[in-house]
Amino acid sequence: MADSNLRVLMFGWEFPPFNSGGLGTACYGLTRSLAKRGVEVLFVLPRELNVKSDFVKFKFADSKKYKKMMSSKIKYFRKNVMIRPYMTDALYRQYVDNASTILLKENFPYASNLYLEVLRYGAMAKTLAKEENFDVIHAHDWLSFPAGVEAKNVSKKSLVAHVHATEFDRAGNGRVNKEVYKIEKEGMKRADKVVAVSNYTKKTIVDNYEIRPSKVEVVHNGIDPDYFGKSSSRFSNNFQSLKKAGNKIVLSLGRITMQKGIDYFIRAARIVLEHNPKVIFLVAGSGDMEQKIINMVAELGISDKVFFTGFLRGEEQRAVYKAADLFVVPSVSEPFGLTVLESMVSGTPVIVSKQSGVSEVVRNALKVDFWDVDEMANQILCILKYGSLEKCLVAEGSQEVKKISWKEAADKCLNIYQNLIYQN
Amino acid sequence: MPSICFYFQIHQPYRIRKYRVFEIGKKHDYFENNLEDNLSNKKILEKVANKCYLPANKLLLELLKKHPEFKISFSFSGIFLDQLEEHLPKVVDSFKKLVDTGRVEILSETYYHSLSFILSKKEFGRQVEKHKKKIKKLFNFEPKVFRNTELIFNNELAEEVEKMGYEGILSEGADRILDWRSPNFVYKPKETKKIKLLLKNYRLSDDIAFRFGEKTWKEYPLTAEKFARWINKHNGNGQVINLFMDYETFGEHQWEATGIFEFLKQLPHEILKNRDNNFVTPTEAIRKYDSVGELDFPDFVSWADTERDLSAWLSNPLQKDAITKLYALEDEVLATKNNKLIEDWRRFQTSDHFYYMCTKWFLDGDVHKYFNPYESPYEAFISFMNALSDLKLRIREKSVRVKKGNPKKKINKIKKLKCKK
Repeated sequence: MADSNLRVLMFGWEFPPFNSGGLGTACYGLTRSLAKRGVEVLFVLPRELNVKSDFVKFKFADSKKYKKMMSSKIKYFRKNVMIRPYMTDALYRQYVDNASTILLKENFPYASNLYLEVLRYGAMAKTLAKEENFDVIHAHDWLSFPAGVEAKNVSKKSLVAHVHATEFDRAGNGRVNKEVYKIEKEGMKRADKVVAVSNYTKKTIVDNYEIRPSKVEVVHNGIDPDYFGKSSSRFSNNFQSLKKAGNKIVLSLGRITMQKGIDYFIRAARIVLEHNPKVIFLVAGSGDMEQKIINMVAELGISDKVFFTGFLRGEEQRAVYKAADLFVVPSVSEPFGLTVLESMVSGTPVIVSKQSGVSEVVRNALKVDFWDVDEMANQILCILKYGSLEKCLVAEGSQEVKKISWKEAADKCLNIYQNLIYQN
Repeated sequence: MPSICFYFQIHQPYRIRKYRVFEIGKKHDYFENNLEDNLSNKKILEKVANKCYLPANKLLLELLKKHPEFKISFSFSGIFLDQLEEHLPKVVDSFKKLVDTGRVEILSETYYHSLSFILSKKEFGRQVEKHKKKIKKLFNFEPKVFRNTELIFNNELAEEVEKMGYEGILSEGADRILDWRSPNFVYKPKETKKIKLLLKNYRLSDDIAFRFGEKTWKEYPLTAEKFARWINKHNGNGQVINLFMDYETFGEHQWEATGIFEFLKQLPHEILKNRDNNFVTPTEAIRKYDSVGELDFPDFVSWADTERDLSAWLSNPLQKDAITKLYALEDEVLATKNNKLIEDWRRFQTSDHFYYMCTKWFLDGDVHKYFNPYESPYEAFISFMNALSDLKLRIREKSVRVKKGNPKKKINKIKKLKCKK
């Protein structure tokens, strides 16, 4: 494919290092590879952040330039948009109540609820879109869908709605938020093309959002082989004494929410410990189920074997992947699951829930139904018991993961852009 | 000339059920499974019998009656015959009827369809002997030609098999061995005195076995008439065309809807239309034709995958670990003289278990996936190793008893006496 001179107006809401999960990582990987193909990306974030990149141009929806244009019309648009991707409305209110504890230093103003914030981001996008030149619009997940739709309305350019997760995934087995669902559905309906991160997600979109299958294109996430450079060993040193005492370390990493299935991991841990007491379980992450999980661990009487690290990022995350003997992703519903690729790049074997998009792409991992805790325990015990199994998973896995690159994802997106521009 | 030599391999392994680590020391029914369709040996046997063995046997019997010149050969693994006798004796009878025509030859092989020649020559000898007895008992037939598991072959095997008294041996017509030579002649393996070698013509064999139903193949659809034309082309430049394939080609790998039975039905007639063509069994082929030269097989070849080597069974750490641990038990398990333990240990030797653990995804991945009843090579390994761990415990238990000696032996004898009553 020839290099392209396309300009893409891309709406996101987080970008490394200011990310709380896989979405920011995915936007980083995708835009970097798009840039290598000659695509110019104007990456819009809802609020000004100190992000720098040599491959995308950032635009901030709350910059003075756009605010000025808005101020005469609607007052509260002047306020900053405070958005985090994995936030439910209830959680948002909670965060607002404890505003001082949030990573934001400034005394940030906020709207009364998350949906208003989303709509406000949309309205700001409208003015931004009038000012900028671009060929196609690309919006990531529901919080940026209204922004994408507004930009489409004023520019008449085609819109790609990229679905990294749906409300059905986030809800786990719980209740789907109707407001969020509406925004998601409207965004996908108004989009000219919907991109799903897996066939698993495509099925959710087709089954639950009444989008026809031919409108949905699957673009699997990837990973850059150089994703982890040289890792410092400071953090992993904390585990050296445990390992020297003959313990094996089994890691889970992700938000501690219903969606991520950590409760199933803990139940599997209890079974593992009955058969092999020399195992330590690490739960890395934070989330609204944290307290419940801590209580569960205590009730099962395995508090001395399960450690909570809190939220890890950057170096700490890299180090913990390397320190672990095994990485488990027990998600109830995982649209993709980038952490699986990260673990494989780190040379740590993986057990991944079958209810995940990444299990479609990755062959050299063990796969398990999230609810089958006996089988999860069986697989954990076997990887720890049979050295050749671990060796083979790592050797084959690290070869395989080299081929699951962002380049392929960027090529697919570029192809979608070109088709849309041609049709438009 | 040329002669056509058909040989069909028939084998079904004892697949190991999903066996979890928690069952070690508790359950020993590794091969019993009536829950999962893809790992239930009985269900698979019944399915393949209905799709292949029964209809194909019926057709072959008709063809043998219709064409007095038609001949074929089979190689049955011992554990395939065991499973038939247990679950489907009527299929055994239908094979007996074929053999009774006198134009169906049976080949020798290892009872457990094992890789034993590579791991233990002694065990190899025992399994060939056991197979010989089985064929004699069931079909009253004494094989003269040997065929090793999956056509695995090298010079050393030919020497060993010659010593065992066989007149001929089969292998793959691998390009790297043949080089400029044709597979359509009889050869003599290097380092042997007179044993003769028949090589599979893999192009013509795979046209039937793999490509027959492939709609993207430029020769699709393959008719008997077209295939006979390809055979006729070899007139004057070949002695024997060896068409070696899985018997399951008919109705199982190539479904009935592909027209494979119709193809087989027409084939003898089309081939015999040319008066120069004829059919031979392997023994007839090696007696009829002299060796045209010596072939050197310093390394193992097989009929598997594009590599045609041992990599389908023995290339990754899983496969090597599993097979090493299995054969490490040889002396110990034989010393127990416990038939049940020895039988279980031997069932683990079947090559299929190692094939299921193969991680060569990219070239032959699809073929492997088709033949793999487990979700992944890793799951195959896990069930195998867990079950083997249990077998090991059972062996150790017996060994301790044997070492401790006589009191237990006596108890065992008493138990046996009781059983006889």
